[in-house]
Amino acid sequence: MTEVGAIASYDSKIEGNVIVTRLDSAINWMRKNSLWPMPMGLACCAIELMAAASSRFDIARFGAEVMRFSPRQSDVMIVAGTVTYKMALAVKRIWDQMAEPKWCIAMGACASSGGMYRSYAVLQGIDQLIPVDVYISGCPPRPEALIEGLLRLQRKIDTEHSFLAQKKDLLASLS
Amino acid sequence: MAAAQLLSDVSAFEAKFKVLEKVSFRGETTLVVERDAITEICRFAKEQLGYTMLLDISGIDHFGDEPRFELAYELYQFERGDHLRLKISISEDALEVPSVVCVWATANWHEREAFDMYGIRFRGHPDLRRILMWDGYPFFPLRKDFPLAGKPSNMPDVAFSKAAPLEGGPFVTMPSTATAKDREPRARGE
Repeated sequence: MTEVGAIASYDSKIEGNVIVTRLDSAINWMRKNSLWPMPMGLACCAIELMAAASSRFDIARFGAEVMRFSPRQSDVMIVAGTVTYKMALAVKRIWDQMAEPKWCIAMGACASSGGMYRSYAVLQGIDQLIPVDVYISGCPPRPEALIEGLLRLQRKIDTEHSFLAQKKDLLASLS
Repeated sequence: MAAAQLLSDVSAFEAKFKVLEKVSFRGETTLVVERDAITEICRFAKEQLGYTMLLDISGIDHFGDEPRFELAYELYQFERGDHLRLKISISEDALEVPSVVCVWATANWHEREAFDMYGIRFRGHPDLRRILMWDGYPFFPLRKDFPLAGKPSNMPDVAFSKAAPLEGGPFVTMPSTATAKDREPRARGE
């Protein structure tokens, strides 16, 4: 009990455990630091993806080490390699099975644009089927490039206003 | 000695089946045989002559010629290490040949590939579906009159394909007499 009229002072027992922030910031902070990748390894880019996950480059430093081979458990699909039309059906299906929120990284020239495979058999860029957040150039890109792509995706996630957008929709529906 | 044995195999074929043409080039022996007898010929080669392995079945498109298509069967004899090639011609009007899946199980996928790429149908094949392109793709892409870039196709709710851009972009070089350094597209814009 504080005395009536006393000036509110710093209470170390409470203040040390309280952080004031916006809900969106907190959500984004949690999301971006635990991106579970869906490794869609289709060609040689997948080798660099494996290298990025291994000890020398270690994407665990950025919270993206938990490769999930189940689309239900993953947040970001890393399309690493040449997407043939035949495989494109499977890629789209797995993308559709991933739960929101989800992101997509097109790793390397083939996934971004078809690369050197200007051919009847190859989809000319995975962005014709699913929305891509980050494109990484290279043939194949080095693991550093993939890490840079992950960091850019983290920055992008940081700018999202998922809760604010819901709040606006709610207010609009009420009025 | 192996060559002599191969020659005796060839005469065994000639004694039993009609051999339309016999080609020997750089140690490779090719027999052109009749299309409708291919199953019996292959069974004979496997069971009597010991060609236990089918290495490959490849299709060939002689666009503009008649008959238009050819199939080449690559046979292998393990004991002597002999190769034997059997060829049959197929007219575009009757694009159907007997299947050899009943002789070698591996012919299943080889024949599916030939069907997928050339549209050659195999009578008696247990599961003649496309193998490289998706089910429902309307073209046969390895035919000579099919463009490398592909053709647009659309199957609603299943899949689509578009023609790939063959000009421009960082991975396409133009035919010219310039040196490789000048042709290099990345250097062109800079």
